[in-house]
Amino acid sequence: MSAAGANRIAGAGRLTPANTVRFTFDGKSYTGLQGDTLASALIANDVHLVGRSFKYHRPRGILSAGPEEPSALVGVRRDASRHTPNIRATVQEIHDGLDAVSQNRWPSLTFDIGALNDIGSPMFSAGFYYKTFMWPKAAWKHIYEPVIRNAAGLGVAPKEADPDNYAARYVHCDVLVIGGGVAGLTAALSAAESGARVILCDENAHPGGALRFEGEARLDGMAGHDWAVQAAGRLAAMDNVRLLTRTTAFGYYAQNFVGLVERVTDHLAAPEPDMPRERVWQVRAGKVIIAAGAIERHMVFANNDRPGIMLASAARTYLNHYGVAVGRKVGVYTANDSAYGAAFDLKRAGADIPAIVDLRDEPDAGLVEEAGVLGIRVLTGHAVTGAGGKLRVASMSVEPKKGGRTEVIPVDALIMSAGWTPSVHMFSQSRGKVAWDEETGRFLPGTYAQECASIGACNGTDGLEATVNEALAVGEAAAKAAHPKAKKPSVAISVGSAGKWAGGMVGAGPGAEAGKVVKAFVDFQNDVTAKDIRLAVQEGMHSIEHVKRFTTNGMATDQGKLSNLHGLAIAAEALDKPIPKVGLTTFRPPYTPTTFGAIVNHARGKIFDPMRRTPMHAAEAAAGAVFEDVGQWKRAWYYPRAGEDMHAAVNRECRTVREVAGMFDASTLGKIEVVGPDAAKFLNILYTNPFLKLGVGRLRYGIMCREDGFIYDDGVVGRLAEDRFHVTTTTGGAPRVLHHMEDYLQTEFPDLKVWLTSTSEQWAVIAVQGPKAREIVEPFVEGIDLSNEAFPHMSVAEGTVCGVPARVFRMSFTGEAGYEINVPADYGRMVWDAIYERGAPMGMCLYGTETMHVLRAEKGYIIVGQDTDGTVTPHDAGLSWAIGKKKTDFVGVRGLKRPDLVAEGRRQLVGLKVKDGKSVLEEGAQIVDNPKQAIPMKMIGWVSSSYWSENCGAPIAMALVENGHNRMGETLYVPMPDGVIEVEVCGTVFFDEEGGRLHG
Amino acid sequence: MLLIHCPYCGEERPELEFRHAGEAHIARPENIAEISDEDFAHYFFYRDNPKGVTFERWRHMHGCGRFFNAVRDSVSDKFLTTYKAGEPKPDIADAANENQINTSKGQGAK
Ligand SMILES: [Zn+2]
Repeated sequence: MSAAGANRIAGAGRLTPANTVRFTFDGKSYTGLQGDTLASALIANDVHLVGRSFKYHRPRGILSAGPEEPSALVGVRRDASRHTPNIRATVQEIHDGLDAVSQNRWPSLTFDIGALNDIGSPMFSAGFYYKTFMWPKAAWKHIYEPVIRNAAGLGVAPKEADPDNYAARYVHCDVLVIGGGVAGLTAALSAAESGARVILCDENAHPGGALRFEGEARLDGMAGHDWAVQAAGRLAAMDNVRLLTRTTAFGYYAQNFVGLVERVTDHLAAPEPDMPRERVWQVRAGKVIIAAGAIERHMVFANNDRPGIMLASAARTYLNHYGVAVGRKVGVYTANDSAYGAAFDLKRAGADIPAIVDLRDEPDAGLVEEAGVLGIRVLTGHAVTGAGGKLRVASMSVEPKKGGRTEVIPVDALIMSAGWTPSVHMFSQSRGKVAWDEETGRFLPGTYAQECASIGACNGTDGLEATVNEALAVGEAAAKAAHPKAKKPSVAISVGSAGKWAGGMVGAGPGAEAGKVVKAFVDFQNDVTAKDIRLAVQEGMHSIEHVKRFTTNGMATDQGKLSNLHGLAIAAEALDKPIPKVGLTTFRPPYTPTTFGAIVNHARGKIFDPMRRTPMHAAEAAAGAVFEDVGQWKRAWYYPRAGEDMHAAVNRECRTVREVAGMFDASTLGKIEVVGPDAAKFLNILYTNPFLKLGVGRLRYGIMCREDGFIYDDGVVGRLAEDRFHVTTTTGGAPRVLHHMEDYLQTEFPDLKVWLTSTSEQWAVIAVQGPKAREIVEPFVEGIDLSNEAFPHMSVAEGTVCGVPARVFRMSFTGEAGYEINVPADYGRMVWDAIYERGAPMGMCLYGTETMHVLRAEKGYIIVGQDTDGTVTPHDAGLSWAIGKKKTDFVGVRGLKRPDLVAEGRRQLVGLKVKDGKSVLEEGAQIVDNPKQAIPMKMIGWVSSSYWSENCGAPIAMALVENGHNRMGETLYVPMPDGVIEVEVCGTVFFDEEGGRLHG
Repeated sequence: MLLIHCPYCGEERPELEFRHAGEAHIARPENIAEISDEDFAHYFFYRDNPKGVTFERWRHMHGCGRFFNAVRDSVSDKFLTTYKAGEPKPDIADAANENQINTSKGQGAK
């Protein structure tokens, strides 16, 4: 007995017996060999039971030896934060210290309480989610869902953040070859020898594909696998080739953009800390050559999911590559030639093959003869109708398929092959259309949508020689397409014997036909049986897309690599339609499960989204600002002093601004410089207001509508010269407003001589507001007479502030007299500090966005996006005065005349006084005119802005209310969970209604 | 990710640099203030949204900033051609999809 497992066969396989590796499975320690997958190492140690199934908690084993594995899913744990669920044991390479656990079982893998689902399984039949638990609603939430969530499901997600790094690279190449089997290697050699830049990716640790198990293949006089090793070596040595192993092509996107994910450290015992766990390659290829091979199908018979039952090619891979026999007494059930090779290899390695059960009446005579020579009994025209054993297959029941006596043959493993399904996933992802090949009964690439070619088994090309010739030609043609003068490749490959890939059967086998109450699994991962699919058809699902969703067949993480065709055949039979008439479901990325880490990649934490800080950010932070996120901006929200909560801080700031002065960072405002001889004409079209006669040095509040007449943005427009305007937008609106302006300028009014430049980041904006604003800023300002007479409200001028060039705006969003000082961003901090040093001893405070909001609400100034929602016109917002009455054209001029926009009873912006004088309404709260009506009540509006106003000594609010402008003085109601709040409709200006303070 | 040929830059660039900007060849009526409700509805709200060859606007947002037009197959996502704003609909699309031409609206700059 080998140290690396009782089932390890001396002299078999390609691993080195001396290179042992220790790993654990469910806490038990095992020895494997370097190069083993978890699956091969477990089988070597005679462990076939590796998990419990999703729905019925049935014991499950290892079905395949590759990425198509639907069944053997385990959790792999490196440390507390590195626990990855649902890892396919057939893909995960072992390393020293690998810690794997089975999933979906409690209390233990061999005794699982959830397996009761198996007994009560009628409850879990197809469509049970839709049918059983629809009513009553509350039962779903409190009874069904928690129970099902505990009973059904796969592995457990890690609870800590992923500590690993993931890398990303963009690459271009002439030829991308997907798959490193004989076809892919040959095509890559052919293209590379022709001078093309080639990338070859293969999902396994080493290229070779089917050559890993096909013992009889010979190329260039070498054993197939030796040739693959040599070919990979040749490719790796070429400068124009990038050979990527452990790399899966997971997505094929538009214009030959293919996503690859390379697993960099998962196979290493002690990865370097700076290595990425995975690397995503985003490849743009001139030509894509798909050499994805074919996937063997299982046979559909009763209890075909017992551990120890697996694909014939898998058993052959475990033997020929890993040196592991899957059992000592191995039954064979096939509808296809290729299982014979597996049986013969196992027999020669010393296993007992009690029988090859062949569903076909007349299999290849040569194979039957060879079986005879080896002393293997072949039962043609027979079927395996059931498997005995529970935690491990113990027997197979064999019957003539026409009916007859059942023979129960003891086995400890059962290998099967229903035939091979060409792997058209990548082709289908490229939006190519598959076509049904009647003769061979399989879907093959039909109409191509992109610059790609399929070769080898995935193209339905049978036999080694045909595959090699096809690959040589396609590789050369691909290189020629990229480099018309490419030289002829010197690759010449002579080919020996080869297996066949065509033939086989699809659908349920004997014993699992319609009417039989057995569990013959089609989809192992989602626990879908042949019976479930028939039930779906019976229930009226006639499209394969509906059958798929009703049964969940093919909807698990393996995306039905083994099950789709069987499911389709069973549905077609039940519908009495030919397979191509029922159709194939669409393949979508990712080809195999891809980690969130790889996809999210660098875009996490601080660099998930850029963080924007104003030039004064550090000064504000030092002054104790609490920041809030406004889009990507960090904005000072309020400045609490010792002992103050937010409420107290905001109240103090609000009072101070009105009594003394306050300074506010308005740098995040969007700014657009509009320049050119036609600038005024252009703004006249973009805004509802008239701009032609705006004087130089004057400001105007402007409203921007869309063509439909709804408010799109607002801001202040300053005329600096006849041909130069400084336009501000809302903080969030800057990019879309510029886009909107560019759209009109470039495509509707291209003859206007106007240039638009975003200057949002160019200016730092310091607002100083309040009765003492002028006194505070005056000493710093040169070149501008700040007196009321020379520089009244709504003026703009250029001068210097603290010696740096500045644009000073006399304007107000608080209702107080004040200035917005624009200086080049780099000087923002210096000017801010200078004003603060002077202002603070005079009683000036810093105020944040919350105070800004309260102060503007006290004045009834709207915030676009808060007091408007995309269905509010300037009239609705009480801003009819901002529409140029004499203008014949502006964006929105026609929309504003639409019947619904001029109708009575629209929701209009009003103020609300709260009758109890203390309740602050909730923003977003709904308003009704009769609180006694039955629920659901008719809502007539909603609260858009609401604050406690320290300056008014009362709560204030604005709301959009049906026919609001005609409801002044009316009492309305805001029903809340703990009572109805009475409000009175009023105007939107709560403070200094005459506006005298603006001019102070 | 699509590659899009900007007719102003004269280069194929990744989709990330571009922004889709709706159906092409819908010109803002010159007498917009006077048009009927129905005409306004057709100008502003109605869109063809064809399955197959579609005329659409794109902007090279993070490149030259220019708006341009494209002919794209909405089934395959393939760009048949791109051309500068203001240029007429190219023939290639006439041949590819006659029905679309019959229902198209105007030849404005957009
Ligand atoms: Zn461009």
